[in-house]
Amino acid sequence: MDSFWKFPTMDADTLRLLKKNIDEGFRAFTRAYGDSIESLFNPLQSFLIWAERLLLATPWPVVIAAVAVIAWIASRSLKIVAGCVVTLLVIGWFDMWDDTMKTVSMIFVCTVLAIVIGIPIGIGMARSNRLQRIVNPVLDVMQTMPSFVYLIPVVMLLGIGRVPGVIAVVIYAVPPMIRLTNLGIRMVDRDVLEAADAFGSSSWQKLRNVQLPLALPTIMAGVNQTIMMALSMVVIASMIGVQGLGQPVLKAIANQYFTLGVFNGLAIVGIAIIFDRISQAYGSRLQKHREIVHG
Amino acid sequence: MAEANQPGIDIRNLWKVFGPNAKAMVPLLEQGTSKAELNGRHGHVLGLKNVNITMPAGAIQVIMGLSGSGKSTLIRHINRLVDPTAGEILVGDEDVVKMGAHELREFRRHKTAMVFQKFALLPHRNVLENVVYGLQIQGVPRRRQVEAATRWVDRVGLAGFEKHYPNQLSGGMQQRLGLARALANDAPILLMDEAFSALDPLIRTDMQTVLLDIQKEIRKTIVFITHDLDEALRLGDRIAILRDGEVVQQGTSQDIVLRPADDYVKAFVKEVSRGRVVHVEAVMAPFNPEDRSLATVPRQTTLDAAANVLMQHDCEHLTVMDEAGTPVGQISLRLLLRAIVTPADDIG
Repeated sequence: MDSFWKFPTMDADTLRLLKKNIDEGFRAFTRAYGDSIESLFNPLQSFLIWAERLLLATPWPVVIAAVAVIAWIASRSLKIVAGCVVTLLVIGWFDMWDDTMKTVSMIFVCTVLAIVIGIPIGIGMARSNRLQRIVNPVLDVMQTMPSFVYLIPVVMLLGIGRVPGVIAVVIYAVPPMIRLTNLGIRMVDRDVLEAADAFGSSSWQKLRNVQLPLALPTIMAGVNQTIMMALSMVVIASMIGVQGLGQPVLKAIANQYFTLGVFNGLAIVGIAIIFDRISQAYGSRLQKHREIVHG
Repeated sequence: MAEANQPGIDIRNLWKVFGPNAKAMVPLLEQGTSKAELNGRHGHVLGLKNVNITMPAGAIQVIMGLSGSGKSTLIRHINRLVDPTAGEILVGDEDVVKMGAHELREFRRHKTAMVFQKFALLPHRNVLENVVYGLQIQGVPRRRQVEAATRWVDRVGLAGFEKHYPNQLSGGMQQRLGLARALANDAPILLMDEAFSALDPLIRTDMQTVLLDIQKEIRKTIVFITHDLDEALRLGDRIAILRDGEVVQQGTSQDIVLRPADDYVKAFVKEVSRGRVVHVEAVMAPFNPEDRSLATVPRQTTLDAAANVLMQHDCEHLTVMDEAGTPVGQISLRLLLRAIVTPADDIG
């Protein structure tokens, strides 16, 4: 009757042995291949350092002017440009400029990485139902697995620093990029695809001329989601040594500095809004041809 | 243009069966298994049943039928957007069915162009960029793409709209664009799948005129699908009528109207105004030199036009002339009327 009230488990020794073996196996793997895997990520490391130096070495008025120009090109809206400039000025005035630039550079690298990884996988999924069936559950795991859990093996392999931080952020932020690329391509009108076939398009021509351009608004929504999710990982990434706005927040949690936490938190919100408005405005400008309907 | 060597299309013993084991069904069908039996006992759907059509080069071949008759499936076999279960499709002396992937792509690029019922334009490209599409796929240099596209945009009456997006155009204009896109390809075969069916009646007539005008210049082999008999009779040099995947009759407009093959075709033809379709030579009496009328008509004149001439001259009958100007027959008001009016036993 005992096993009715208490769930029957495998015996404690077996379980302990199992965990121990897996741990030791992974540790051995780390010792054997850690260095070579780390050198594999060297290019990423230098890309990160380059992006951070670029933003920190550039005088602040130039950075703000550049953001204003990008906002204008993407949105053609003075309101959005003004919002971006004011937000950055306030962040600078509250002495969070350097941390903000570090965070922005990391988000930039993570987004580029997520796009480079996500779009090809998304295209592959759109073309093969089999690949979709395999990748979908993997994406589910990536999105729901608590990030601390996959931080452990990453830190064991690569130590503490920027690169493991970026890997953790990308694992968390790449799924919407993949999913929305897949969705965007699958939603392209069948009639238009048939027309492309009838004109003798090769599958590459079809992808380049028809599928990608028509999926682009959806793909842009994916980029937007990826940026937002990357920003939400900033604090967690700071626990493994990523510099930026996350670290003061971490300090504030440890020491109960209420104001420090709020200020840096608000700065994260500020740049999130800047990224969001710019990328959304660009996305909806891409859809201009859909809006004007013959009346 | 290359009028002389436009290829004709020869469809031979074409079968299309939908289902997991389609190939095995063809011998059963050849032995006389019915469509219902195929569906009920074997779980397969019959698309096309032993279709044989010879489409002459440089002419408009209309394929007519109601929805579900297999006409859209049939036209998609010609550029193999749909693969046949059995049979041959000869274009010139090439068999489309035997082509490999690369060959088929080249064939679609250079030999065929297609116009679709729902237009199927590229919504993210403006008018000019849409027309350029086929040439871009062929790898034609950009300058020549734009040259050809501008010419065709102009020809279909869209000049001035080059920078508009498809969504900014009305239905009729969108299909003009669809037509320009297909014509810019300069392919000898033009496939039109219910191209005008989605348009308002007036615009539809308008587009038919555009097509007939253009065809006078380009003399392409056009395959035109429609469910509208009036459209079929107006456009078709030859007409094939399809029912349940089977050709029930093929011939010229006159053949169809004057000698419907069965009750199905008869029901279609009942509503047609014969005066606009039938030519005097089909119903005229033998020429009688004793009773010669001075008013003459060429033998290809429609009955309506002949009746007009008869009224203008206010005479008993007309002399029918052949192309050389020799009288070949004569036609009286009585004969005209009898041919124009639908026979009594066919009404209701």
